[in-house]
Amino acid sequence: MQIFTNPNFDFVRWRWHAIVLSLVVILAGAFHIWKNGPRLGVDFEGGTIVIVKFDQAPPLERVRQALQAGMAGGGEAIVQQYGDAANRDVLIRVRRTGAEQAGSLSAEAEAAVAALKQAGLGNFTVVGTEIVGPVVGEQLKRRGIMATVLALAGILIYIALRFQFSFAVGAVAATLHDLFVCLAFLSFFNYDITLNVIAGLLTITGYSVNDTIVVFDRVRENMRAMRRDNLAHIVNVAVNQTLARTIITAGTTLLSVIALYIFGGEVLEGFAFTMLVGIISGTYSTVFIASSLAIMFQGRKLVKGQVAPTAADAPRKPGRRRAS
Amino acid sequence: MKNLRWRVITVVALFAVFFSLSVYPILANRYHWPAPQWLKDKQLKLGLDLKGGVHLVLRVHTDEALQTATTTTVEQLREQLKTAGVTAASMTVVSPSTFRVEGVPQDRDAEFRRVAEEYVATNYDRTSGTGGTYTFTLKPNIERDMRDQTMTQAQETIDRRVNDLGVVEPNLSRYGDAGDQILVQLPGVTDVNRAKEIIRSTAILELKLVETGPAGSREALLQSYGGKVPDDMEIISGASADASAGTSYYLVRKVAAVTGRDLRNARPSLDENSRPAVSFSLTNEGARKFGKVTGENVGRYLAIILDKRVQSAPRIDSRIDSEGRISGSFTTDEVNDLSLILRSGALPASMSYLEERVIGPTLGADSIKAGVTASLGGLALVVLFMLAYYKLSGINAVVAMICNLIILVGLMAYFGATMTLPGIAGFILTMGMGVDSNVLIFERIKEELAAGRGVRAAIDAGFSRVLLTLLDTHVTALIAAAFLFQFGTGPIRGFATTLTIGLLTNLFTSIFVSRTLFDLALQRQPATARTISI
Repeated sequence: MQIFTNPNFDFVRWRWHAIVLSLVVILAGAFHIWKNGPRLGVDFEGGTIVIVKFDQAPPLERVRQALQAGMAGGGEAIVQQYGDAANRDVLIRVRRTGAEQAGSLSAEAEAAVAALKQAGLGNFTVVGTEIVGPVVGEQLKRRGIMATVLALAGILIYIALRFQFSFAVGAVAATLHDLFVCLAFLSFFNYDITLNVIAGLLTITGYSVNDTIVVFDRVRENMRAMRRDNLAHIVNVAVNQTLARTIITAGTTLLSVIALYIFGGEVLEGFAFTMLVGIISGTYSTVFIASSLAIMFQGRKLVKGQVAPTAADAPRKPGRRRAS
Repeated sequence: MKNLRWRVITVVALFAVFFSLSVYPILANRYHWPAPQWLKDKQLKLGLDLKGGVHLVLRVHTDEALQTATTTTVEQLREQLKTAGVTAASMTVVSPSTFRVEGVPQDRDAEFRRVAEEYVATNYDRTSGTGGTYTFTLKPNIERDMRDQTMTQAQETIDRRVNDLGVVEPNLSRYGDAGDQILVQLPGVTDVNRAKEIIRSTAILELKLVETGPAGSREALLQSYGGKVPDDMEIISGASADASAGTSYYLVRKVAAVTGRDLRNARPSLDENSRPAVSFSLTNEGARKFGKVTGENVGRYLAIILDKRVQSAPRIDSRIDSEGRISGSFTTDEVNDLSLILRSGALPASMSYLEERVIGPTLGADSIKAGVTASLGGLALVVLFMLAYYKLSGINAVVAMICNLIILVGLMAYFGATMTLPGIAGFILTMGMGVDSNVLIFERIKEELAAGRGVRAAIDAGFSRVLLTLLDTHVTALIAAAFLFQFGTGPIRGFATTLTIGLLTNLFTSIFVSRTLFDLALQRQPATARTISI
């Protein structure tokens, strides 16, 4: 079976349209985040989450009323159904914690539970709590950012060593593009940035770079075989040659991620959504963004294997030149 | 191709080894098949998010330990200066790591410096100001060591308490950037409040001789001392013998007769009125000290002080050597917990909670069900696709994928890694990358076939050309995973662990296993074959 027989799409011609489209999405995302504020989960913002399982699920509005009536500041609590409706789980989130000192970190959680008891909403059990103090929240935020930045830097250095610097810039720019697109969509669809979402973003980092390297590898290979052609053409051929693989891989990964999104349960939903957006964006950026940027960052003369051999160069790498 | 037999044997042997490490123990436990105990123990552990349990982050107030050390140093210096006949106007502890001496007389300055040099200089740096003023600051390396020691002690104490609670496979580790946090994970624990209290109780036990008291107020207590607390004594409050009388105050000696460090054991018992109490026994050294103090002070009262509060102050009827009892108004539960805490020793400093996560067992079970369903569903879809698209070669990819999965689970079980929810996500990603590797190779083979090469040459070219790409993609992913592991926390680390092991096994299965299967299939075909099911 074959998806394409000798595909020959002129992707490079569309690069400016692609860059404009990406910028529009990213800027819209930035505007959305700026307007609504970044939606950080308790992991990073600090706060209290209580998940309770009711014997008989009450309407969420009654839970809100109960919190407003029975808890100081309970009116600001976020109340939502947690997971499948059949589970009768309700999630309550308060943006505060008890004071760190005197061991009363869980004061807000206890207040929420007391308010629910007082309101007589039927029997319930607390099945989970998450209380993150401001210190830990700050720490998790710093570490998350550090992990992402350093991982990207490490990838940049590796690609720069293995390929050329302009390729590394292209790969990292494409990866950043995917991260920004994910953040934009997370904001559009009102997902909180939790530790799991960060794990998803980091996965996308790996996935996107992986995708890009496959194309770059082919570009490098083609450079030796097609020395007379210009870089744009070489890149275009490489993208076409790897197109079937790009689509099959994206397709199979999407299959797994869709399964994760549908069946993965509440905890993994944010992760799966991030992956879903990221894989689509990653495939798009591999085809349209990464190579375009690599071409832009590099004048044609800098391409390895295309430079006119010099006296100093020739004896050092004789085999390579002949082999091509 | 003559080494093909050996490659097949290697693949089969590895598969067998990892199958027995990963899948067999699970089956053996479920169906009671025979298996050695060490193998049963090597099962993949479930993380808190899947099993349910308590996740706590505590901050140890290491400043307190420094404060104690500095205060003790000041007291010792005061004592030594007194002996040497130097009187300073004041000695004050300014911060946990510094104290200031003011008003050292001009003519005694040299003598002061000598005493300070002898008793304080090892741990404190001295700077002199005007008018006989000196500031002593804890040396940075000593301060670091002290803080570190406090953390180690706290961690060991928590470890003993948690073990005494009967928690199976608790996880304790240093945490955070500032180095003053401890992460405590208690799988399967549901009574959060009790666990939190037990972990956090400082439980400093001191037995001190009572000079006067009990009295209803501080003033009444100090009447015979002219309203001023003598240098070597202090006032400590506590509940009075009959509960109705409110708080009582005791004037006690500053130096304790024995402390919690002298305890050998503590256990729940009953006092003379059959109320719950805690009996303790002392170490040899403790018993010697205690015997001396009690022997010399028969007829006086001894305050039993827990965390700066007098629990009771019984009369010393006779010399007591090694046994004692703490009574007060305790419930049976309190007595059980108190003996546990005393047995485990005191914490070197107080602690507070920074993070607290409780995952109920049902929530964990829901998550694992969802995670496993999703993984299996995803896997099934991918398998169907590969078989439909690549036909017989698809079998090849699926076998490589199953091999990858088995080796991955086996290795994780072997290294004692913990399976978390993000770990499951890491599994899915690894499977995705495994499929990607196969797709890359297969597409390349197709290309080579289309270019008119023979099957054998096409497969050779496919594998050798893609090898470099695979190395590049896997190394970059490994770099990312390494940073995630180094700087990530909790779930991110679980993800990074799975991903790292998965990437390595993936390289092996997609290059070695898959290639061996191709060669195996080719063996039965003539060397000139021009088609292959791909």
